[in-house]
Amino acid sequence: MSPPADDIAGKESVPFVAAAGASGAMPAADVLHGKLAAGIPLRQLVILASIVVAAVVPFVFKSFVTFQLTQVMVYALAILGLNLLTGFNGQFSLGHSAFYGIGAYTAAIMMHRWDIDYFWTLPASGAVCFAIGFLFGLPALRLQGLYLALATFALAIALPQILKFGPLEHWTGGVQGIAIDKPDPPFGLPIDADQWLYYITLIVLLVLFGVARNLAHSRTGRAIMAIRDHPIAAASMGVNTALYKTLTFGVSALYTGIAGALGAMVAMFVAPDSFSFLLSVSFLVGLIIGGIGSIPGCLVGGVFVLYVPNIAEDISRGLAGAVYGIILLIVIFVMPSGAAGFVRLASAYLARRWRPPPAPRSTRP
Amino acid sequence: MELLLHQVMAGLATGGIYACMALAVVMIYQAIDHLNFAQGEMAMFSTFIAWQVMQWGQPYWVAFLAAVVLSFLGGLAIERVLFKPIHNAPVLSSLVAFIALFSILNSLAGYTWDYTIKSFPTPFGHKPLLGGLADTHEAGMIGVTLGMLALLYLFFRGTRLGLAMRAAAANPDSARLVGIRVGWMTALGWGMAASIGAVAGMLIAPVVFLEPNMMLGVLLYGFAGAVLGGLTSPGGAVLGGFAVGVIENVAGTFIPYVGRELKLTIALILIVAVLMVRPSGLFGRSVVSRV
Repeated sequence: MSPPADDIAGKESVPFVAAAGASGAMPAADVLHGKLAAGIPLRQLVILASIVVAAVVPFVFKSFVTFQLTQVMVYALAILGLNLLTGFNGQFSLGHSAFYGIGAYTAAIMMHRWDIDYFWTLPASGAVCFAIGFLFGLPALRLQGLYLALATFALAIALPQILKFGPLEHWTGGVQGIAIDKPDPPFGLPIDADQWLYYITLIVLLVLFGVARNLAHSRTGRAIMAIRDHPIAAASMGVNTALYKTLTFGVSALYTGIAGALGAMVAMFVAPDSFSFLLSVSFLVGLIIGGIGSIPGCLVGGVFVLYVPNIAEDISRGLAGAVYGIILLIVIFVMPSGAAGFVRLASAYLARRWRPPPAPRSTRP
Repeated sequence: MELLLHQVMAGLATGGIYACMALAVVMIYQAIDHLNFAQGEMAMFSTFIAWQVMQWGQPYWVAFLAAVVLSFLGGLAIERVLFKPIHNAPVLSSLVAFIALFSILNSLAGYTWDYTIKSFPTPFGHKPLLGGLADTHEAGMIGVTLGMLALLYLFFRGTRLGLAMRAAAANPDSARLVGIRVGWMTALGWGMAASIGAVAGMLIAPVVFLEPNMMLGVLLYGFAGAVLGGLTSPGGAVLGGFAVGVIENVAGTFIPYVGRELKLTIALILIVAVLMVRPSGLFGRSVVSRV
């Protein structure tokens, strides 16, 4: 049985609490209660600090690092989309590469064929993917578990073929795909295109993560999680399961579609085979490594998806796949419920260790 | 009409490959209650073992036997070493372990035997049958698949061990209470699935040729066939595998204009359409749960 819906707030606060707890700057017990001495909630402080650090990164590191971190954020967004569907609503998907691809192609076609400003491609990609995800959610209502996996898998396999399909070549550019330009920084800001794209992605990421967090804490979010935990009970409590499940599918596709649009700008190029089934598998790996049902975990997933294959390649060229597999196995053995679950367990352990011992009670007079 | 017949026969021939794989997929699903995404790579690895034994100068059947036995032991070992420690982890975590296994086996095979395409012998020969509509290898492959299906049916329905394995998969807690060693039943299921995969791999290799990525497409269609037939029904999985092959071929030929380029897409759309009507597959039992 999954944890009750109300538990989610506790889960999320844990990573930040643990980070500060480990630093040991504060009396441990206070920190673990999530408050600093001044009474500012620790969570908000850590989030604020992370944003400040994220904001200065492009000026400190080389542009290649900036580029990679942008890609990490794009993956994190796509994984968050999958997380909303799988982690919060319990619907399994192998088809999110298709939504990512549709978002990317929507952006590329708008920018390249119609010369529309990049800014408008983001809401447009989101809207297109929301509509497609919502429509796909309707037949998905009848399917569960592996049968739903097959249906979404069909979507992932179909998209590259449809993109290469002859009569659509006028729009999609066929096998060659479409090349697009990186958006230029506005108002003559003294930064280059890589840095500007980093900031766009960062802002979109912050907004969408915030929306996802609020969604998870709302009445709607509780209904979505109730459907995951016990669909029959949720339905008998008056939750409109069909509506919420299809809407979640739509919102999930929206997130992944916006990630796809940003991903197209980062890569400056879209082609059918970039959006294969293997991309879906990467998202799934990122989701599980980060922690199912954890919003900050998606960032960990994004880091894993981008960096670990490269690390494996560095360790051994010939056996890169084997090294990647072994790293995956080690991670899943050490943290069977992902980074978020690991942090949860670790902080529970630390809380037990560092809690001040109860005042000795004398038994003798 | 003749074209249709020809396409159906060709579809049945490729469908035989998918049916083989679907059977292996369902077998392990029955034994461990998870879908093994690395099944295809395990079969590919087993086939390479057979190939290696033949390279060392042994006859086909020695290699065949060696591959089946070694795969059984390998499957057993994989379960004991990799999957037993995480059997309490969330379902999706074991999915990551499958992906890892997939990646490791694929990479190891490529490293050991490189990525060049190798031909693999068949004991049935390649003589044409039915006026060129099929050949003896395809007929043999279908025959062996059906034979394995019959043996498995007898094993699961007619022996105590088969009953114990089914009990362990269906309800581990109750099975343990009546004295079944659930852990070993699962390991046995892995071993059997690996052996079936090995046979499937050795039957498929003469058609698609032997190389580390040979199973990728086959597994996907086998998976589709298994789901179409119903994951709880080995017979349904075999039929589903054949159906996928036939649908793919006939749709590619007869649906004008879009058929050729989008035949895979059409096949998958048809499968999803079937699932709309029967959400647990054609022959699967729908699960009834107590609230």
